[in-house]
Amino acid sequence: MIIDLKKFVGEERGYWTELEGILDSLDNDPEQDMALAEVKRFHYLYQRASTDLARIMTFSSEPETRKYLESLVGRAYGEIHEAREKPHRFTPIHWFFHTFPSAFRRHIRAFCLSLAIMVVGCLFGGGAVTFDPEARDHLMPFSHLKIDPSERVRQEESVEMDQLKGSKTSFSSVLMTHNTKVSILAMALGMTWGIGTVILLFGNGVMLGSVAFDYVLAGETEFLLGWLLPHGAIEIPAILLAGQAGLVLAGALIGWGESTPLSVRLRAVSRDLVTLIFGVAIMLVWAGLVEAFFSQYHEPVLPYELKIGFGVVEMIALTLFLGKSGKTKADKKGEVSTAPGLRSQFQAQTEGFSS
Amino acid sequence: MTQAKANTLTIHTPEGVAFSFQLSGPIIRFLAWQIDLFAIAVISISVMTLLRLISIFSVDLAWAVTGIAFFVISIGYGIAMEWYWRGQTIGKRLFHLRVMDAQALRLQFSQIVIRNLLRFIDSLPIFYLVGGLACLITRHAQRLGDLASNTVVVWTPPIPEPHLDQLLKDKYNSFHDFPRLEARLRQRTSPQEAGVALQALLRRDKLDPQARVDLFEDIASHFRALVEFPQEAVHGISDEQYVRNIVDVLYRSST
Repeated sequence: MIIDLKKFVGEERGYWTELEGILDSLDNDPEQDMALAEVKRFHYLYQRASTDLARIMTFSSEPETRKYLESLVGRAYGEIHEAREKPHRFTPIHWFFHTFPSAFRRHIRAFCLSLAIMVVGCLFGGGAVTFDPEARDHLMPFSHLKIDPSERVRQEESVEMDQLKGSKTSFSSVLMTHNTKVSILAMALGMTWGIGTVILLFGNGVMLGSVAFDYVLAGETEFLLGWLLPHGAIEIPAILLAGQAGLVLAGALIGWGESTPLSVRLRAVSRDLVTLIFGVAIMLVWAGLVEAFFSQYHEPVLPYELKIGFGVVEMIALTLFLGKSGKTKADKKGEVSTAPGLRSQFQAQTEGFSS
Repeated sequence: MTQAKANTLTIHTPEGVAFSFQLSGPIIRFLAWQIDLFAIAVISISVMTLLRLISIFSVDLAWAVTGIAFFVISIGYGIAMEWYWRGQTIGKRLFHLRVMDAQALRLQFSQIVIRNLLRFIDSLPIFYLVGGLACLITRHAQRLGDLASNTVVVWTPPIPEPHLDQLLKDKYNSFHDFPRLEARLRQRTSPQEAGVALQALLRRDKLDPQARVDLFEDIASHFRALVEFPQEAVHGISDEQYVRNIVDVLYRSST
């Protein structure tokens, strides 16, 4: 019970201002390390402000003070009870060579599932054009693919003028943005319990399979590889990674065999989802540049051996990158490292201090 | 620990303190997004106009850069603004909305990115129909992006301070002669009860005479039951004046 409100506010205001100062300082520099004494003081001030709020809650005459204290306690609560790793200063090189491939490896089963769905789609598309030639016209994604593969190869190899002259850069930007949108959609559709992601992956597999089988059956395998591998070696895995992200999201949503609440499961994967989708975007920038500046040129301008060799090198490099880059000893042992939040930091430091 | 109560998110801290946030509904959020769409359009047109200068060197490059710029602005606007303004965009600021973590913890960058990327499905098929329906049926009025990122959008309207000096004037308040009873009144009155008394005074001119008399009689008898002032303090004052004295004690005396 507060008898003298003026006195109460006067006595406590100093503590509130001190707490506000610490919170402002944490806001301005989230990376700052607090000494044990500072953490203890912060915790004390938070508890004191909480008590003050509880006392003033029943008091009608200080709505402004109550609002101020609610905001102060709310901010401090977020800092004290936050158990997730604090954001580090973003270092692009470390993120690209360590964080991104590590996130990929953590969810390798989702990637395998994503790959399996696309392979099934490919086989379905391939089977359709093999056993039902009428299906070909419906399955080919672009009009220029509807002509006979051998006729197209003849046309492409006899072209004397650079058809993309003066538009290669804008063409590559269209490819980048379109494929990135599709990838974001593949991830976002994870919220349909993964059904949308599966359909999108399967549909892309059907298109890819129908085109590939069509050219292989027409005896144009070399052209096909020379045309698709340089950009496809990165673009197709990028779509698979986006599908992986969608399936990870779906997995967290469904929570097979997990007893943790939905919010905890989603919280646990959110950072990896963002890492994967940013990684996918970078891969698609590269794929877009290669497709516009390299893939569209065929023999006699560029020998197929060179194009296929380039694609194979890309594929090996990507496999090594995703499989090995940033691997630590803990990763090899299958351990998961967790970084402490303020409360666990406080507890750890206190325990260390007392022992 | 969180609990849902109508359109309110209440956070109970382990320290035994509870504080609440008013959740925002889909309509006001849609209106805020319309403002943001306008902002995106203005930013995009401004940036693209500048980038067109690249066409002096290469038309192809100018088209490519403007295409990518539009893509980045349309996707990055929400992410950048909510990160920089701690859960707010221009539209959200205008409508006093704020994105916050569903457990009132620190809003993380990954949460902001996910909730903005999932606009792709929330906006389907048109006019955010999926997101709007999700808002209506979920416990905390969350669209799919909010569910995936563990965020909520709260409404934090500014509470205007009433002009108490004009309302109460500088009339003599007989209750001030009994400071102990005044302190007890402040302690026993809940914020809601105080709000009712204040609102009754603020809106008195809008009430019919009889309704006004009845209302102030009810409010005065309620406060009389909370704290009983001696006869010399209440002698000869009307119910409305009684309520004025109460509001004066609750809102003005302690400041």
